[in-house]
Amino acid sequence: MSNIKSFALLIASAAVLSACSTPVKLNEAPVVEKTPAPMPAEPTRQVSTVDTGSVDPLNDPKGVLANRSVYFDFDSYAVRDGDKAVVENHSAYLTKNPTRKILIQGNTDDRGGAEYNLALGQKRAEAVRKSMAALGVAEGQMEAVSLGKEKPKAAGANEEAWAQNRRADIVY
Amino acid sequence: MKKLNHFIIYTGLAVAAVAAGSAQAQLRVEITGVGSNQIPIAIAGFANEAGAPQAVSAIVKSDLTQSGIFKVIDGGSGLSETSPVDYNQWKSSGANALAAGSMQALANGSYDVRYKLFDTVKGAEISSLGQSAQAQFLRLAAHRIADDIFLKMTGVRGAFATRIAYVTQNGREYRLEVADADGEGVQVALRSNEPIISPAWSPDGTKVAYVSFEKKKPIVYVQNLVTRARTIVANFKGSNSAPSWSPDGNTLAVALSKDGHTQVYTVSADGSNLRRVSNSTGIDTEPQWSADGQSIYFTSDRSGGPQIYRMSAGGGDAKRVTFGGNYNISPRIAADGKTLAYISRRDGNFELFALDLASGQELRLSDTSNDESPSFSPNGKYLLYATSSGGRKSLAVVSVDGRVKQRLTTQAGNIKEPTWGPFMK
Repeated sequence: MSNIKSFALLIASAAVLSACSTPVKLNEAPVVEKTPAPMPAEPTRQVSTVDTGSVDPLNDPKGVLANRSVYFDFDSYAVRDGDKAVVENHSAYLTKNPTRKILIQGNTDDRGGAEYNLALGQKRAEAVRKSMAALGVAEGQMEAVSLGKEKPKAAGANEEAWAQNRRADIVY
Repeated sequence: MKKLNHFIIYTGLAVAAVAAGSAQAQLRVEITGVGSNQIPIAIAGFANEAGAPQAVSAIVKSDLTQSGIFKVIDGGSGLSETSPVDYNQWKSSGANALAAGSMQALANGSYDVRYKLFDTVKGAEISSLGQSAQAQFLRLAAHRIADDIFLKMTGVRGAFATRIAYVTQNGREYRLEVADADGEGVQVALRSNEPIISPAWSPDGTKVAYVSFEKKKPIVYVQNLVTRARTIVANFKGSNSAPSWSPDGNTLAVALSKDGHTQVYTVSADGSNLRRVSNSTGIDTEPQWSADGQSIYFTSDRSGGPQIYRMSAGGGDAKRVTFGGNYNISPRIAADGKTLAYISRRDGNFELFALDLASGQELRLSDTSNDESPSFSPNGKYLLYATSSGGRKSLAVVSVDGRVKQRLTTQAGNIKEPTWGPFMK
């Protein structure tokens, strides 16, 4: 590294010196540089940073983005205050990462008909989508869909299970 | 006499189960209710059927018994359709009619199946039918005889030769299956690790439309049952579901959320020509085309909770049709346009109802509390629907007057989303 630095310094100084009318001969390698500073871009010398998956906050199992579900009250299709953090965190990530896309899958508990529940689940997904759009996420990054009552997270005919199933999931 | 009937039924089913061999997913049909005035009919064993792959008379007896409309009397054996008939003897044994027939193996491996129907009260032959069928179509030949008897004795076309489709779920595996209306001959049309809902038969019985979640969102497919070719009919942004065929088979009505909320659209069977047909700010879904092609019935929550409406098939004003209770969904309209079947939530229970559209009179048809997805038989006499029994989902059949009841169960897993196929040639 230091060799390169001093070499560059040498070239720079040679360039500066050669800009003055008296050329100075150096014992080192021939000077290739033609113009003084600033240095033009050299594509082959560029180093771009790669973040491994482990660095992407989306993949941190302990990070806030690991929470991807928004839950809803019975017969309700509005995002509750307690769930707003999930919406905000993912909205922030998506605005920073405009090539990322999500599917927002709305769900219902298992009471009621399959098709009507599909439409109710859609309302939940849409509520999350609207909230994220209001926070600046682009239309093209989100698709709100419904799984109705077909993919419950919890089994059981009780409020505990039903509450876990009334949700919208963010899927990357 | 009653004991003999039951014995014959079970024997018939047992024989059929053995003959079906390795079909793992058998549907078991159980009769739990019969009609009020049953027609007594004697069915004689068909000549030569003992050596054939299927005992046609047993299938005819089973069909007529399961209809709940007939009291089947064993007509013994030793008769064929050409035997002379002692009308007085049959009449005094309590039979209003007698069916007799024969089977004849042909040189090419198929069978000549003949039958005649005799009215003992009139003292005359009232119907005859001859068919030639290969071994694997002998059950169908028997169902056609039962259909003929049903028509001649009740004036209504029989539906014994029709098929049903439904979804089974066993753990993570979902299957769309097709079976004969009596539960036999199960065939698998689609296997998936993601849910399948809302299957709908094309009017000609060769294709089924359904919603598959295989791509993590609901998409409407049409599948040709014979060629296995699948077409995506609707995969717009958002959810795509609830397919219903127009009577001419060229168009499907569907529910799409593409414009932000679920509304009813029509689309050609190849997925082109999208048109929005319903217009509300809430949920419009579950479109159902009427048999005359003029109207579409659908579920809408525009009044606050889900109710059933009717609009012209081209869209426009919608007229509300259901008024009992605050939750009515899953409209199904009978082929004659006179009766609407639906699911109504009463005191938290989801129950099957039928509505006489002319009088506005509603009738509760089931005594269970978790009913879904009703489907009319093509002759309008019965409703096939999904319900829960013993912690598992099963299918049930009820006659439109509520009297005849059947249960259809599988050995394991859940069975749901039933749809009754059309009359076929």
